[in-house]
Amino acid sequence: MLLTLILCLLCGGFIAWLVGLFKPDMARWVSLVVLSLAGFLVADIWLGGLLPNGVIEGQAGLWYNIVNLTWIPRFGISLLLAVDGLSLMLIALTVFLGIVAVVSSWSQVDYRHGFFQFNILWTLAGVVGVFSALDLFLFFVFWEVMLIPMYFLIAIWGHEDRAYASMKFFLFTQVSGLLLLVSILVLAFVHYDSSGVLSFSYFDLLNTSMSSDLAFWLMLGFFVAFVVKLPGVPLHTWLPDAHTQAPTAGSVILAGILLKTGAYGLIRFVVPLFPEAAMEFRWPAMLLGAISVVYGGYLAYAQTDFKRLVAYSSISHMGFVLLGVFAWNAIALQGAVMQMVAHGFSTAALFMLAGALQERLHTRDLDQMGGIWMQAPRMGAVALFFIVASLGMPGLGNFVGEFMVLIGIFSVDVPLTVAAALGLVVAAVYGLSLMQRAFQGQRKVEGDVADFGARELSVMLVMMLALVYLGVYPQPLFDMAAPVVQHLLGGAAL
Amino acid sequence: MTFNEFVGLSPVITLGVLVMLQMIAIAVKRHHLFMMLMTVAGLLATLAALQYSTQVLPLDITPLLHANNLSVLFTMLFIFIAVCTCFFSYHYLHDRHGDLEEFYILLVTAVLGATTMAHAVHFASMLLGLEILAISLYTLIAYPEEHHAPLEAALKYLVLSGVASTTAIFGMALVYLAVGEMSFAAIGTAMTGVNAPGFYLIAGNSMLLVGLVFKLSLIPFHMWTPDVYEGAPAPVTGLVASLSKAAVIAVLLNYFVATDILSNSSIFRLLSFLAAGSMVIGNLLALLQDNIKRLLAYSSIAHIGYLLIALLALYQSTNMLLAVEASVVYITGYVFMTLAAFGVITALSRGSTSERHEEVQSIKEYEGLFWRKPLLATVLSISFFSLAGIPLTIGFVAKFYVLAAGIEAQLWMLLWALIIGSSIGIYYYLRIIYAMTLHPDQMSTLSTSADAKGFAQSTPAIVTVVVVALLVLVYGVFPMPLINLVQSALAGM
Repeated sequence: MLLTLILCLLCGGFIAWLVGLFKPDMARWVSLVVLSLAGFLVADIWLGGLLPNGVIEGQAGLWYNIVNLTWIPRFGISLLLAVDGLSLMLIALTVFLGIVAVVSSWSQVDYRHGFFQFNILWTLAGVVGVFSALDLFLFFVFWEVMLIPMYFLIAIWGHEDRAYASMKFFLFTQVSGLLLLVSILVLAFVHYDSSGVLSFSYFDLLNTSMSSDLAFWLMLGFFVAFVVKLPGVPLHTWLPDAHTQAPTAGSVILAGILLKTGAYGLIRFVVPLFPEAAMEFRWPAMLLGAISVVYGGYLAYAQTDFKRLVAYSSISHMGFVLLGVFAWNAIALQGAVMQMVAHGFSTAALFMLAGALQERLHTRDLDQMGGIWMQAPRMGAVALFFIVASLGMPGLGNFVGEFMVLIGIFSVDVPLTVAAALGLVVAAVYGLSLMQRAFQGQRKVEGDVADFGARELSVMLVMMLALVYLGVYPQPLFDMAAPVVQHLLGGAAL
Repeated sequence: MTFNEFVGLSPVITLGVLVMLQMIAIAVKRHHLFMMLMTVAGLLATLAALQYSTQVLPLDITPLLHANNLSVLFTMLFIFIAVCTCFFSYHYLHDRHGDLEEFYILLVTAVLGATTMAHAVHFASMLLGLEILAISLYTLIAYPEEHHAPLEAALKYLVLSGVASTTAIFGMALVYLAVGEMSFAAIGTAMTGVNAPGFYLIAGNSMLLVGLVFKLSLIPFHMWTPDVYEGAPAPVTGLVASLSKAAVIAVLLNYFVATDILSNSSIFRLLSFLAAGSMVIGNLLALLQDNIKRLLAYSSIAHIGYLLIALLALYQSTNMLLAVEASVVYITGYVFMTLAAFGVITALSRGSTSERHEEVQSIKEYEGLFWRKPLLATVLSISFFSLAGIPLTIGFVAKFYVLAAGIEAQLWMLLWALIIGSSIGIYYYLRIIYAMTLHPDQMSTLSTSADAKGFAQSTPAIVTVVVVALLVLVYGVFPMPLINLVQSALAGM
């Protein structure tokens, strides 16, 4: 089923490309159909998966829908795919935000429609692969596969400064990816030396014994690769450029999903593979998280570019994830998972909004906006909702995530908690100032500004409902993530 | 010679016969298409002879040559290169007035030289192969002899390569002085014997390696590379980049495995420095290039540097199998992606006649290629992604192998050099891919004039590059057939 899902996206990409060659306007419909099909597949896994149909023996945690095919037996590499609660919810988020991305760029792409949809679908396929691969080689392949189409999205359909932004994006992720690859290989060979079996399977590598020095270096290799993606200060500088220059669909996918692959990597690989080394490294990691929260928020306030502001706010929000993962207790981890999902919705919506504004006003500069609420009240209301969500209003998903992370780290370290809580204050400052500068105050835009139509509104509405649901009744999500969290904390000496 | 030796040698003999048939055909009547097809048929016959010869392998053929599955694999690779080059060259040369059939003779003699090197287990045969290959290449580079650039490139290659050969021969003489033998096996005995290897043995080996490394154009022996790559006709540049490198790697593998000289720390250190320097400096210099052929020249310097990690992993005999396997996989992958790149350059260029010698070389001329020539642009991107080592291409499999070999042999410093080098490399590969994606309204005037220059009507060349690009992708996604092939070739070692 998982393989079908990935192949569906990959083949769908080719079909969209081909269709786009003959009927450019049809390509986006193909995309939509493919993504709906993928949605059905995910729903099928979800419904079928709640009854575990395959548990790998001797492993904690429940894995659904295991696919295990030999691929490169020479190195013990197999096509090993499986999902658990955490990856399944992230895959569902991926497919949903994929639809959002297609809808948000419905009328914004002016040429090469087919290739555009191809790149979107291939990025999504790579991300789904990242969330389901349990062979480290395969994981790395998907890790890179999601980059190249994203690079093309930025480089071909991006805004003014796209050459610089796309190159920076690619360089950062590639170089850190190389470190990841070398770490994976060293890990596999250490395992080979101790057990005589060359394997890249997650389950085989889980309990590799190695010297603590080596474990630390390998952990660092993984950590850097994932923190670049997250992104954490000081490895964040690619993000504002890439997000700002990417077309709307690219920004939605980047902020909504790609950043989560970094967080996912930390939870899935760094902590379980190197529990002692990660434990040792928790203070620097949490410090980086707190710095990201405050510094990202501080920089966000200083921006005049709508998309850049949202991009910096992402750095701030993802800092909470870093804090939550390394706080090393159940509440904080659950909070981090909640934050990943909620941030996916809220940021995707904000980028979609920014894209819609740019399409209408041909600018992202906040100084040239103002009073748009008068011309486009529906747009204003939607913006208010998501800005308030992202600054952590109780009753919405983001609040639950950030609050739980704060509770979790409070029991670990009070000063850090205070510092991170400052992030919430800063978020209110930049969030409200964004709202004011764009939608309230003097009217600066002459003429009509087209309000949201049914197409955009319906997508926004779904995301709003999701955030309210997560904020009011988050328990199902916690239940889904619970086995992962327990496994993580059980595997590590607390 | 026994009958078995003739059977084992049949591929080399077939190549020799092919050369004679080609000369007879020219003497009877010149016909370009016939010549090209005959060459391809002859090369395919050599492939059949290779298959036939495997029944008697492994086999010592005189003290000079040794045929085994690995030499068969390398010969197959050389033939593949030559067949591709035939298809690339056909339209490139076709408008030339005057003699163009000899081009194919030289191509076959180059393959003959390379094949000899892959079979060599003796200084005499090594030198013979090296010179046959080099002399064929000088002439091929200077083939459009009415034009300045190819002549300059050929002369540069001739002089510098001559110096390198002389150095190698002097090194061989010193080794002979120390050992009294010229076969690889005897040198191996002397190296690993009871007495520590003496000064002459080490000095001789160093000079020999410098001579060979010149052909691989490792830094600091790389000065000739960008000029020769730029000046040579594009299909010949592809040949220099693939055939001559693969042949030298083949003979180095024979030499290293038989003599075990890498276990000597001076030799090991010498080659480590050359490899690290090539990876880092080669990639840095590539950043500065605006000419795609020069850029590929520096990139090839860096790639041979990566490959040397796998070769250097031979220093411990426990790593031998993985190290040899990694080297062979890497050179195979490198040949495929290089051929694809130069194939596209050839297919885009209008070719060479007595009046003009026009090639699409400047990066500016590649702007917007995705929208003008989607197929060729896709092939070139596949090749460049592969050179950058992105997954799902053979370049990634090759890089994975080198990393695995390096990690097993614990060559940490060289691995750092690889990480730094390939990080730099991504930038310039991506630069060209970005240029190809530029909007039509952003393209410079040069790229429109490139359209006027280009003919891109060469169906054989286009079909060939597409096939090569597919190989890059297919072996990148499903590398097992390639791995099995290489492993079966190494089974006898």
